[in-house]
Amino acid sequence: MVKVLNPGFYSSIQDMGRIGYQNYGVPCSGVMDTYSALLANMLIGNNQDAPVLEMTMTGASLQFYTDTYIVICGANMSPRLNESPVLNNTVIKVNVGDIISFGKLKAGFRCYLSVLKGFKSDSVLGSCSMYSGISKQAVLLKHDELQIESSSVLFDNKHAAIKVKENHLTSRIIEVFKGPEFDLLSKTQQGLLFSKVFSISKDNNRMAYQLNECMDNTLPSIITSGVLPGTIQLTPSGRLIILMRDCQTTGGYPRVLQLKESSINVLSQKFTNDSIKFVLNTY
Amino acid sequence: MDFKLTYKPYGERSVLIEWPAVIKENILHDLLHFKDVVLSKNIKQLVEIKHTYNSLLIIYEHINSNFNNKISTLKTLYLTRSNAIKPPSRLWKIPVCYDTSFGLDLEEISIINKIAIKDIITLHTGAIYTVYFIGFLPGFLYLGGLDNRLSISRKPTPRLNIEKGAVAIGGNQTGVYPSQSPGGWQIIGNSPISFFNPKDEIPCFANAGDKIMFYPITTNKHNDIKTLVNAGVYQLKSEAIDG
Repeated sequence: MVKVLNPGFYSSIQDMGRIGYQNYGVPCSGVMDTYSALLANMLIGNNQDAPVLEMTMTGASLQFYTDTYIVICGANMSPRLNESPVLNNTVIKVNVGDIISFGKLKAGFRCYLSVLKGFKSDSVLGSCSMYSGISKQAVLLKHDELQIESSSVLFDNKHAAIKVKENHLTSRIIEVFKGPEFDLLSKTQQGLLFSKVFSISKDNNRMAYQLNECMDNTLPSIITSGVLPGTIQLTPSGRLIILMRDCQTTGGYPRVLQLKESSINVLSQKFTNDSIKFVLNTY
Repeated sequence: MDFKLTYKPYGERSVLIEWPAVIKENILHDLLHFKDVVLSKNIKQLVEIKHTYNSLLIIYEHINSNFNNKISTLKTLYLTRSNAIKPPSRLWKIPVCYDTSFGLDLEEISIINKIAIKDIITLHTGAIYTVYFIGFLPGFLYLGGLDNRLSISRKPTPRLNIEKGAVAIGGNQTGVYPSQSPGGWQIIGNSPISFFNPKDEIPCFANAGDKIMFYPITTNKHNDIKTLVNAGVYQLKSEAIDG
């Protein structure tokens, strides 16, 4: 068992998301940065969909009541094992009584912690991802007890020497495809999307990232249609909204761009006032 | 009849198929039929299909490089599909308490639309609504069939907290909030029924293509039904509809 001494700003258990329930209006959810979460699971030898802890902006403080191994990936939040600094992207042995905590956010925005064999949380509609109204709780709270498997044997791990993408936390390039309504934009509007540097507004969370810069917009709303994580909507007031993993399943704003999967991961590591630039990919 | 469909890649692993941009039952039936055809083919790597009024979004498991193949397979499936046999559907009878303690905006609608509150209730309970799809929130049914006289703009500023079960009107649509949520629709009543149960393998009782009717209940009856719903023993009334 792992006890949450302090949950940090916004921490939740996530896996690869809820698949097959969007037709009931159920969001995908799942880890925001699949690259870092997969890496955390692979480095420890877990299945790729093993539930991990996702921490946002500030890390949690966790006391372990079970011997295990952990890996920390994604944002660099200055992790510590009982006050001694430890490194991201390495397997760390944790013993009963040990405390993992985090300090200053040095790079990125979301940090992932995997434990050997994954966190054992309740699966609802095929996923352990926390989401308000579906899982019992939406975020971790102080004094929560997270169940883990007792195992002090680290299996032979062929991924242990994996190389980590260096620019994952620093890249400002967001690769996109044309969205279904892209061609309805004027040439000027289309050009603007790729020439302008945009920045993340303070309204950024697991549902959506809004951008600070607005565009002139004359497009009418559309008949409510499907949207996906990574869809960029253009609102009547000219605001650009990038939908993220907890987004609604349908929407009525024109869908002008769609992020590449790997760029959703890059964006998940950005926060308020970070700048980004869109680069068009072709199908 | 064949509609003229458009097929577009949407991101790296989805194809969006669009019917003409109108809200019509014959479009709903054609796209639901095509959805069944696609599902029956057990297409490799297909993980999810979701639909709205006039679109199907087909999501594949892996990142695609060859959309042309996928799209031409889908086009062939559409053109060679069998005639639609209307699948069995149900008419669900939903109890709603239209007391002004729940119907926070009844008075406002009455003034703006120049219609007595009792007539609002008569019109709202007199129609049979079609379930087009579920979206926005888990278990939120998009319904067609609202009487024009009840059509009213959304609130200029959305409410931060709308109660679970709130029955509301937004533009020419009506619906029930399945959970507490912010929202801008005008509230006319409350239903004690649960529209979404995450513990059930099929979390919503209603399917696209089903019909919904609302019938009025008193606040006491609302209380009684809510108790039964919470205890998990309430039996919602419904009947089969002939295709």
